[in-house]
Formats: sequence, C-alpha cells, structure tokens
Amino acid sequence: MVPVNYYIILSAVLFTIGALGVLIRRNPLIIFMSVELMLNAANLAFVAFARANGDSNVAYSGQIFVFFVIAVAAAEVAVGLALIVQIFKSRHSINVDEMNSLKG
Amino acid sequence: MTIDLILFLILALVAVATALGMLLSRNAVYSALFLVLNFATVAVFYILLAAPFIAMVQVTVYAGAIMVLFLFVIMLLGTDVLPPGKALPWQRPLAGVLAFILAAEAVYLLVARAAPAEEIFRPEAFVNTMESLRVMGRMLFNEYLLPFEVTSILLLVAMIGAIVLTLKEKGEQN
Repeated sequence: MVPVNYYIILSAVLFTIGALGVLIRRNPLIIFMSVELMLNAANLAFVAFARANGDSNVAYSGQIFVFFVIAVAAAEVAVGLALIVQIFKSRHSINVDEMNSLKG
Repeated sequence: MTIDLILFLILALVAVATALGMLLSRNAVYSALFLVLNFATVAVFYILLAAPFIAMVQVTVYAGAIMVLFLFVIMLLGTDVLPPGKALPWQRPLAGVLAFILAAEAVYLLVARAAPAEEIFRPEAFVNTMESLRVMGRMLFNEYLLPFEVTSILLLVAMIGAIVLTLKEKGEQN
C-alpha cells in the first residue's frame, strides 16, 4: 500500500521540473515538452486523488477530467508546433531570445 | 516496506530521472525520447491507480501521437542543437530559487494541509477494463456531454488552425 501523499509529492516534483524547464531552456520545442510534463503531473495528481477518495462515480469523474486534459494538450501541441514551424520559416531561427521584434 | 512501496519508489525514481534528463540534455531529440519514457512510466502509475483506460490513452495519444509530432518537427527544422547564445547571467539561479519555492509551496499546501490520509491499494485483481470503459462512456455521454462536444469542436479548431498556419498561399515566394 502506498500513501496517496507519495503520489502527490511525485506530482509536485514533476510539475516543478516542468516549470524549471520553461524558465531556463531557450529552445521552444523543449519549453513545449516541459509544458507537457506539467500537464502530465497534474493528470497524475487527478488520478491519485480520484483513486484515494472515491467510490466508483467520483473515481471515474477524475479519470474523465484527465481525458479532457489530454485532448486539450493534443490540440495545443498541434497549433503550437505549427506556429514554431512558421516562425522558423520567417526568421530561420527558433531561439526564444531572438524573438523580440514585438518589443516596443 | 511492502512490495507496493518498492515498486512505487523505483517507478518514481525513473520518472524523476527521465524528467531531469529531458530538462538537461543538450540535444532536443534526446529530450523527446526521455519524455517518452517519462510518459510510459506515468502510464504504469495509472495502471497501479486502477485507471487502465487512461493508461492506454496516455500511451497512444501522449507517447505515441504527440511525441511523434514533436520528433517530426525537430527533424523537419533540424534544430536539435541550438547554437550557444549569451544567456542572462542571473536567469538560472533565479529560476532555481523560484522552482524550489514552487515545490515547497505545492508540497506544503497539497500534503500538509489538504491531502486525505488514505492509502492506495493495488487493484486486487486486474481491473475489469470493459466495465470501466462502459462506465466512462456512460458518464461521458450523460453528465459530461457538453464538455465532450466542446472538446470535439476544440480539436476541429486546432486542426483548421494548424492547416491555415502552415498553408502556402497562392503565389507566395518559396
């Protein structure tokens, strides 16, 4: 048996690693992957909580929410990667430090 | 130390190690492959938490579709290793401090204050996948019908958006 707290701590650690990736990396593809990691950590917390305090209906509500999160993540990745491809086409670089043409 | 706890600790170690590998590797392809392994580990956690359907969705949609899309874009752009640029000197230490504060806050709020004290048991037998699928399908089309339909529109919009963004206009150079 594993206390649910352990799952929540693991989820918090994964979320923190994802946030750190968004802060320190300069390749937008890796920033995107870090965002996916954060979504995944949240999903893990959802399923762990659903398993810990639920009879069947509550447990399945948590899983259905995870299902929606995965669908939204798929949509987000499709549009985000299309944007990155467009930016690369127009500027021949995807380093986020060089994306400063909107600077006022 | 029960077998469940040992299993959990090994899997947690793999999950954290692959997440750190994703964060630290120089080559974006390695990052993507580390992330695939991380998603697979989380899928095993879902099975331990009696959510077999979510585990399969995780493997097919995340580890399969989304990461293949990532790898495809990395290959397409050829930007697996960015040339080193000058970073802000205080960026990394500041990010580390902020991340530590975030982790401490999250653990304090979720564990010390709010989390239930229940323990999670391994599913007794293999969870009946068809039964859980049946219940989830019924709930999706009853309580969650509106969010389900909105999700389908969202996916349609994302698909059209991706096509419009990458479409070459008529007469456009290269």
